[in-house]
Amino acid sequence: MRRAYLVFIYVFLYTPIAVLMILSFNKAGMPTAWTGFSTDWYGRLLESPKIIAAAKNSLIVAIVSTFIATTIGTLLALGIERRKASTSLDALLFTPMIIPDIVLAIALLSFFTMVKFTLGLHSIILAHVVFNIAFVCAVVRARLKSFDWSLTEASCDLGAGALTTFRKITFPLIWPAVVAAALLAFTLSIDEFIIAYFTAGAGQGSTTLPMQIYAMIRFGVTPEINAMATIILLVSFILVLTAQRFNRGSVPGT
Amino acid sequence: MPQRLASWLLMLPGLVWLGLLMVVPCAIILVTAFYERGTYGGVDWSVFTFGNFARAGEWLYLSIFLDSARIAGLAAFLALLIGYPAAYAIARSAPRHQTALLFMAMLPFWTNYLIRTYAWIVLLNPTGLANNFFQWLGLTSGPLPLLYNEFAVILGLVYNYVPFVILAIYSALQRLDPSYAEASRDLGAGALTTFWRITLPLTAPGVAAGAVFVFVLSIGNFVTPDLLGGGKLQMVGNLIYDQFLTARDWPFGSALSVFLIAVMLLLLFAQAVAANRARGEGRGHA
Repeated sequence: MRRAYLVFIYVFLYTPIAVLMILSFNKAGMPTAWTGFSTDWYGRLLESPKIIAAAKNSLIVAIVSTFIATTIGTLLALGIERRKASTSLDALLFTPMIIPDIVLAIALLSFFTMVKFTLGLHSIILAHVVFNIAFVCAVVRARLKSFDWSLTEASCDLGAGALTTFRKITFPLIWPAVVAAALLAFTLSIDEFIIAYFTAGAGQGSTTLPMQIYAMIRFGVTPEINAMATIILLVSFILVLTAQRFNRGSVPGT
Repeated sequence: MPQRLASWLLMLPGLVWLGLLMVVPCAIILVTAFYERGTYGGVDWSVFTFGNFARAGEWLYLSIFLDSARIAGLAAFLALLIGYPAAYAIARSAPRHQTALLFMAMLPFWTNYLIRTYAWIVLLNPTGLANNFFQWLGLTSGPLPLLYNEFAVILGLVYNYVPFVILAIYSALQRLDPSYAEASRDLGAGALTTFWRITLPLTAPGVAAGAVFVFVLSIGNFVTPDLLGGGKLQMVGNLIYDQFLTARDWPFGSALSVFLIAVMLLLLFAQAVAANRARGEGRGHA
């Protein structure tokens, strides 16, 4: 019975995704009835300049925001873990994970409007770093919990400077967590929709992939969306699996 | 360099970033909620008012809040109902399989939310797989209205958030000392009694954490009601979205957001207090 229930829950979790993926190889434009195998829809994606431009924007946002958030978030984790536990700091770092996207989105839009900041890809990047800092920090902190601080003390006692100690001792010990955190931050950024939607500004030039998908979904179900969705799902699966391989436990709970 | 100073220097960039781009923007929302909208959109900073909150309390908007709370509550309850047995089954599996099983349950959670929601449009639409399947079985003669209603929205929310419930309850089950359940069985209690009297109460903090999380993310959700509700169903998230992008009444949208955050904080606080009390009692017994 235990096994049967587990089968049920995984069927529930994976059926929608699997159906989507299978229908992306469906020959006819009808999204539901199977009419034969074809990879035409994937070809169509590559021919659409709108989708290519959106994918490029998403990559720029994800790469830059991941780089900034991984650097800042790792430093933050190192700073927090060497001081006494603080409830208010923990609450501050928990907020970006639990605050409704729509509220953070309108708050950032109000802020950017107030300080007369021009909106575009750069404002999406600034916004994505906010929630990514929190996730990176959480993953690196989990790794630092088992970190032996006497190693860095010994290094300092033996005359190494702070930078040398970080380069020779701390980083070699925590880098799997840093890489895993970066992969997860990249995944979150490339998938994020609402905050990007509000902070992208009016121009078409800063449309990201999820914004493009949202616009397409509103017109209905098409095999083209299925094909794009399949690619994005596979990229996420690979990134998260790699993160998990690098650093067991980086996907919370595992 | 003294330890305290080094710690602050390391934290500085992150704290400045979160302060400037999260705390300050949220403070702006809080302040904006007390002013009037400008004639051409934007905010009129010359008129201080409680009017936005009074308006949020009007039945038209209050009913949307109550509806959202009901839908979010139902989603949380159903996610627990489906998630608890799954977490229990994983926790009772062979230890070497548990990590992989939990990872498989969490994996969808890390993929694109829009796509996971869109997948249900593919499944539930009138010519979709679900309807074809029901008709093939001969259960119905025509397509059932599975999409663009409350059922679809709740199903979407449960589907998207059940992985988190499984994680929260699994963590609670793992911390549970198996000797309590064994003692209960040894003393003659049946499996069901043991579950109701021992396992469930001791994993209550995990249940509460999972429920609060699903409720909070559901009540402020925008994508699911928008896509699976088909525009007919308004929830707080959609209402806030409309105030900012369609009606262009930012102060009223801000007041609604403040209201939403207040409800969330209250729930999270209640859950933290309950969890602390449960931990305290746990120590008392040990």
